[in-house]
Amino acid sequence: MAKKNQSKKGSKENGSVRPASGHSPMDLDLLEQMTRLMRDNDLNTVDVRDGDKRVILKRGSAFAAPSGSSGYVVQQPTTTPSPVANTGLPSAAGTGAGASSSTPAMTDTEAGMVAIKSPMVGTFYSASSPDAKAFVSVGSTVDEETDVCIIEAMKVFNNIKAEMKGTIGKILVTNGETVEFGQPLFLVKPA
Amino acid sequence: MFSKILIANRGEIALRIIRACRELGIATAVVYSTADKDAAYLKLAEQAICIGDAPPAESYLNIPRIISAAEIADVQAIHPGYGFLAENDHFAEVCRSCQIEFIGPPVKAMAAVGDKVECKRLAKKAKVPTVPGSDGAIDDEKQALEVARKIGYPVIIKAAAGGGGRGMRVAHNDVSLRAGLKQAQAEAENAFKDSTVYIEKYVEFGRHVEVQILADAHGNAVHLWERDCSMQRRHQKLVEESPSPFLKQSVREELCNAAVRLVKAAGYTNAGTVEFLVDQDQNFYILEVNARIQVEHPVTEQVTGMDLIKEQIRIATGMPLSFKQKDVQQLGHAIECRINAEDPARNFAPSPGTIEEWRAPGGPGVRLDSHAYAGYRIPPNYDSMIGKLIVHRRTRAEALAAMKRALSEFHIAPIKTTIPLHLQIMDNEHFRSGDVDTGFVERVLLAR
Repeated sequence: MAKKNQSKKGSKENGSVRPASGHSPMDLDLLEQMTRLMRDNDLNTVDVRDGDKRVILKRGSAFAAPSGSSGYVVQQPTTTPSPVANTGLPSAAGTGAGASSSTPAMTDTEAGMVAIKSPMVGTFYSASSPDAKAFVSVGSTVDEETDVCIIEAMKVFNNIKAEMKGTIGKILVTNGETVEFGQPLFLVKPA
Repeated sequence: MFSKILIANRGEIALRIIRACRELGIATAVVYSTADKDAAYLKLAEQAICIGDAPPAESYLNIPRIISAAEIADVQAIHPGYGFLAENDHFAEVCRSCQIEFIGPPVKAMAAVGDKVECKRLAKKAKVPTVPGSDGAIDDEKQALEVARKIGYPVIIKAAAGGGGRGMRVAHNDVSLRAGLKQAQAEAENAFKDSTVYIEKYVEFGRHVEVQILADAHGNAVHLWERDCSMQRRHQKLVEESPSPFLKQSVREELCNAAVRLVKAAGYTNAGTVEFLVDQDQNFYILEVNARIQVEHPVTEQVTGMDLIKEQIRIATGMPLSFKQKDVQQLGHAIECRINAEDPARNFAPSPGTIEEWRAPGGPGVRLDSHAYAGYRIPPNYDSMIGKLIVHRRTRAEALAAMKRALSEFHIAPIKTTIPLHLQIMDNEHFRSGDVDTGFVERVLLAR
């Protein structure tokens, strides 16, 4: 099995990934190999399943809107590391060291939490209507089909699902805030 | 005047539009895909909104996401740039139905000039010469021979559903016409599931000369003279210049006036370009109309002293043109070289990756429109153009010298670019004497 420091930037030599002895998507070495593969081949999303185990690897930008913002989504300087945002998989700029220290499984982790990111550009609503209770709050249990919020784009209201099992750890946006593609909305403690 | 505009494009044209807006005091929001997230030009806009992953269908071609971004950015207008959705009349319609102005022509005019058949009809109405041809599908060999003899050989057989050079055959006589007809029909059926073909006069050694026009919503339309874009490879322009070194003054004026007549007949407003094919005897025929701002617009800006993007924005707000045709000057000579991240030594294979060294040229008469810089990573997902180098001097000879100087000062590494090819072009005796045609680059320069 390819060692951690064997692959060069841009190399395709570890094109075929041999699973480690665990044969599971949860195997750390396998995941590290996959993140390198993704970087080297400029892949954005890899979905690995094995029985009921599943890992989704995503790389790319994630810009958390500053809390309390007026709704403008501003690009943050990519060099700012912060507890809440933007670490995770090695970017094309090659921050390999950072990658190996954070959980290779998912992006935007805070103490092992996983981000639910916005799949579209629009306005975030935490409930189905102004009078209704919020879909979820901190501590809510979610599974793949749980509606966590609505994002409204061009007058169409889209229910956004958690697509994972876990508990809501943190809510990153406020009701009525505008969000961009890829913006983290919730942090979830995986089940 | 608009207070905020959304730019639905990327790279150097997005930067160009941001620059015009900054000078006009208009706030900008620019969309970007995840592939462009680190681009420095994004920081020059007031707001940058990520709308999707790299594939254009998920980002720069994605109408719902772009409109959604425009709504959350609360803009009054969208500038589509060139390429992507710039000539998509459905997109223009969606913008306007969402109470967002589309900086470009009216939907009807865009659709009219974009339709080959309708454009020809408008050209005839405006007394603008069209390429002689069958004016419709060829039904059989007998008709093909009649048409060919009427318009005169050589002729080209083209697939009606075609593009990309497929389903085309040139015929110089009856024998090759019969054979070519069958071949073109077969190829068209195979490539486009439609064997319909038509015939046009084939202009060998033709030149591509286009006219920049501006029209407002008050019935005023003017031309800003012409650009000669005959230096092409695979129908992609490499070098553009103004004035055309080939046209006689009387033909130049006729050509430009014809362009104005056409856009008036089409009810066209905002910026546009009318493309012509010019044969060796200086006869010109309309090829098509580009209903957008073009890549090579800086060439016209330099010789006329106008800012075309600002004019586009002004027209879109409903303002009349602030100048008349007689105010449009054509001073000196301008040349533009498109700098692509391609390796001419390896058949123009794309050369994406990170630019590590970048030393841009400068000095009198040199303009560089580029979003690239040292440290910029060229994404592999979009076209390879990383910048446009433009020079403007008093004479063509001086412009050639300036371009040669500027190209030789321009240092980009380690990625490969077309700078060496452009240096070759500037030294080429045919190009220097203005004696080229649209086949020249491939036939002569690259054949070596």
